[in-house]
Amino acid sequence: MVNESASAVEVTDLHVRRGKHPVLHGLSVSVPRGVVVGLLGPSGCGKTTLLRTIVGVQVVQSGTVTVLGREAGSASLRHRVGYVTQDASVYDDLTVRQNLQYFRAVLGAPRSDVERVLSLTDLTSQAGQLVGSLSGGQRSRVSLAAALLGSPDLLVLDEPTVGLDPLLRVELWTLFHQLAAAGTSLIVSSHVMDEASRCDRLLLMRDGEILADDTPAGLLTSTGTEDTEGAFLALIRKHPLDSSDRSDS
Amino acid sequence: MNPQRTLATAGRVLSQVRHDPRTIALLLVVPSLLIGLLAWIFSDTPVFATIGPGMIALFPFIVMFLVTSITTLRERRTGTLERLLSMPLGKGDLILGYTLAFGLLAVAQSSVAVGFAVWVCGLEISGSIWLLLAVAVADAVLGTTLGLLASAFARTEFQVVQFMPALVFPQILLGGIFLPRDQLPDVLRAISDWLPLSHAIDALQAVATDAQDAAYVGGELLIIGAWIVGAVVLGSVTLRRRTP
Repeated sequence: MVNESASAVEVTDLHVRRGKHPVLHGLSVSVPRGVVVGLLGPSGCGKTTLLRTIVGVQVVQSGTVTVLGREAGSASLRHRVGYVTQDASVYDDLTVRQNLQYFRAVLGAPRSDVERVLSLTDLTSQAGQLVGSLSGGQRSRVSLAAALLGSPDLLVLDEPTVGLDPLLRVELWTLFHQLAAAGTSLIVSSHVMDEASRCDRLLLMRDGEILADDTPAGLLTSTGTEDTEGAFLALIRKHPLDSSDRSDS
Repeated sequence: MNPQRTLATAGRVLSQVRHDPRTIALLLVVPSLLIGLLAWIFSDTPVFATIGPGMIALFPFIVMFLVTSITTLRERRTGTLERLLSMPLGKGDLILGYTLAFGLLAVAQSSVAVGFAVWVCGLEISGSIWLLLAVAVADAVLGTTLGLLASAFARTEFQVVQFMPALVFPQILLGGIFLPRDQLPDVLRAISDWLPLSHAIDALQAVATDAQDAAYVGGELLIIGAWIVGAVVLGSVTLRRRTP
């Protein structure tokens, strides 16, 4: 078992429903500190719901979620967890710099942090532009930059690389690993399987359940497959969807 | 709650508005244009002299209600509210920040409306014009805070637009513009005593005719102030960090 203090996130028997639809039914998972953990699975499998729960903005039916040793959503965590939602959650009618200055003030981070995250996300030359006039990829980088303010201990990123050009994607993954090397824990969701190999650890998710929790190499070995896509298919064949799976938890 | 975060929020909202000059123009000009239209309609009658003060209460109140409720709803829809609530921003910081920002706009808007009504449309004010302005500003801020409250309850833009007739129209109907409040049926009269817009209209008419002393107007201002505080508190309490 993973030592409590060694894990960034500890989820035990989590039940969440959104509307009338149960999304997570008895999910348990542990996310280690200081590494990049990929949360992969098809659209609608509950990735966003799990991330929202970790950040503490999701109403939960039952189960415990511990983040950095504290209950998810507790006030002391609001300085320490950075969150990037799927759609860029920034103000279109402010410039890039004004957006970051506001979020910096809310976090109480040092003033110099704005320039730091601008250069980390390669947005310095766009800093004076209105966010509404930027491309989709640039907007999502502004959203990421806002989450980097105050150097949080845990970064929760919901599909941060969607719609980015390949070069930029590589740059972002390099950034994620730099942050992890400096001690930040990262959870990065994606529905693109080819991003799996870039993660230190993988969580494969399907229909509200974790199918696999392994390193990319370990996953390929255990399933005897060549790539993550194949591993995912092999796991699905091993765990066919079955209603009895769900009711026993 | 933290004054720096409240002020940062107010500053951010004002920067957003500043990037939209047309909104500023509409905010400042529309109430005055409507008052001007009304003065023109009743130009050969004594009607404008009686309903004019009420209109200074009415138009800024409605405009600020709509603008605020839609702005904050947009914050919810674009996900920035979710981001803010996952950050160390107090719920009160957000609501109060919005109140400050739109309160400032309300001061500008009411000043233009009062000035236009008095100096362009020739509305006769027997009492203090500063007292008139104070009541008009309080009333516009009231529209702001009720708009914040409505958007805390509403989940969609459609609902917000429905809140307008639901929360605002009864106050207009019972406020004494259509029929003086003392001629209303007893039950409606009692209800109208509890509605904040009634007190705003009463106060503005009192200043216009100089029929009451400053203490009376101050009392009415206190009632409006209590509604403002109540709406801010209720709006902060209604806001949830966790959503389904």
